[in-house]
Amino acid sequence: MYEVIAFYIFAISTTILFLITVMSKNVLYAMTALAAGMVMISGFFFLLGADFLGVVQLIVYVGAVMALYAFAMMFFDATKDIKEKHQNPALVFLLGGLMALVFVVMFSAPIIGENVQALYPIVDGVGNAQAVGMVLFTKYLVPFEVAAVMLLVAMIAGIILAGKKMDYSLTECEVSDQELEDEILKGEAK
Amino acid sequence: MEATILPEVTAAGVIIKAVLILAVISAIAGFGTFIERKILAFMQRRLGPMHVGPHGLLQLAADGIKLFTKEDIIPQHANKVVFAVAPAITAATAFIALAAVPVFPDFTIPFVDIYVPSIASDINVGILFVLGMMAAGLYGPLLAGMAQANKWGIIGSARTAIQFLSYEVITGLSILAPIMMVGSLSFVDFNNYQTDGLWMVVYQPVAFVLFIIAGFAETNRTPFDLLEHEAEVISGYATEYSGMRWGMFFIGEYANMITIGVIAAVVFLGGYNDFWIFPGWLMIIAKIAFSFFFMLWVRAAWPHVRPDQLMWLCWKVLMPLAVINVIITGIVMMLV
Repeated sequence: MYEVIAFYIFAISTTILFLITVMSKNVLYAMTALAAGMVMISGFFFLLGADFLGVVQLIVYVGAVMALYAFAMMFFDATKDIKEKHQNPALVFLLGGLMALVFVVMFSAPIIGENVQALYPIVDGVGNAQAVGMVLFTKYLVPFEVAAVMLLVAMIAGIILAGKKMDYSLTECEVSDQELEDEILKGEAK
Repeated sequence: MEATILPEVTAAGVIIKAVLILAVISAIAGFGTFIERKILAFMQRRLGPMHVGPHGLLQLAADGIKLFTKEDIIPQHANKVVFAVAPAITAATAFIALAAVPVFPDFTIPFVDIYVPSIASDINVGILFVLGMMAAGLYGPLLAGMAQANKWGIIGSARTAIQFLSYEVITGLSILAPIMMVGSLSFVDFNNYQTDGLWMVVYQPVAFVLFIIAGFAETNRTPFDLLEHEAEVISGYATEYSGMRWGMFFIGEYANMITIGVIAAVVFLGGYNDFWIFPGWLMIIAKIAFSFFFMLWVRAAWPHVRPDQLMWLCWKVLMPLAVINVIITGIVMMLV
């Protein structure tokens, strides 16, 4: 009973929030709605008894990914509306139609596939984190390792991109005070 | 410790617990401002608030009246909805985080026989939930700064994003070593692990120090309060806020301080176990109170740091230390 009520609350609020994300012309509204929608999605994990994944959803998407989006938005004026340019309406129409088709398939999939069953049901006495760990280190070990290598590559690339002038301090001026004074005096003499 | 059979947790009990947390922590946040001003004053050889009531005790009532009756100003070019919602995010995430930690002792209300649990929602990934909720708390200052159409606000929210994201890494890594030792993410398991043995801080002193340092940064307390550094960015993200909206930021900050105190107490300092002749509920309140006092003590003793020093400390000192600590803990656990 409670679960059904909670599910509908989460479902309706997720849909509305993501609609705001897509429809709004204001960057700040879109970002706020996307972050709030991510919080609402974690509610589904909690409802399904997957506490660990719900918390991971909170930490990774809400805490880290969305905050990075927000960081990028510091470079825009967040209080102004954005004018969108539609250069190719046919492409937009095609992509929108394809998305709609995918949605129809997704929603009708449970009706067609009646025999959907959980391959890894919740085991009593085994915690959520342990269950995820067991699957991750047995069946999905190779994808896990590949993901780890990819993250390492991304990290090294990030360091190289950002690492120029890393040994150069922004606050400690390399020019000594005496030299600086000379420069100023020279400038005044001119 | 023999397993005592606890009464069943009912919906009424959880609701009473939630109201209790909300009321008591909000009141403590108000009282905390008074304590903070008094302690800072004594440490700096001043008297602090003295005029309203005996030793200034009624100052908090005066502050409360001021906050509630002050005009609520929303700047002309601000994004009004986000501007209005942002303080609520800070307060709400702080209190949601408190839902999963043991705050007060459990008790049964006489006559109506309703059992009020110690933890409002005892989920088995409690620590991660609290850290995740505190991570979500960064949206309060962030959105506040971006919505108010003020340059100082933007700088404040940029600093929020950098500081909170960086120090979340330290919090997570530092608490990972105790999690490895206990083998669980539940606060109850952490408490039971320390029932008979020594406190976790004896095994994990480095992790404790790192966690406390990161806790200061995550609660925006003084050596790291760059978000609203008066001398540099006026008041950072809170520049345009007044009245109760500003008060909600404040309540959220104090609730987060208490949350950090609770995590430090349960994970590192022996939790709510009995100690010598003192009962457990008194011990945990004493530990939380000490953490609170420690934060004020540090505020009186240390100056602000510069933003670049903050980042240097995070990525070049604390993070390597935390990773080395995790690796050493893992090696020792494998060998022993």
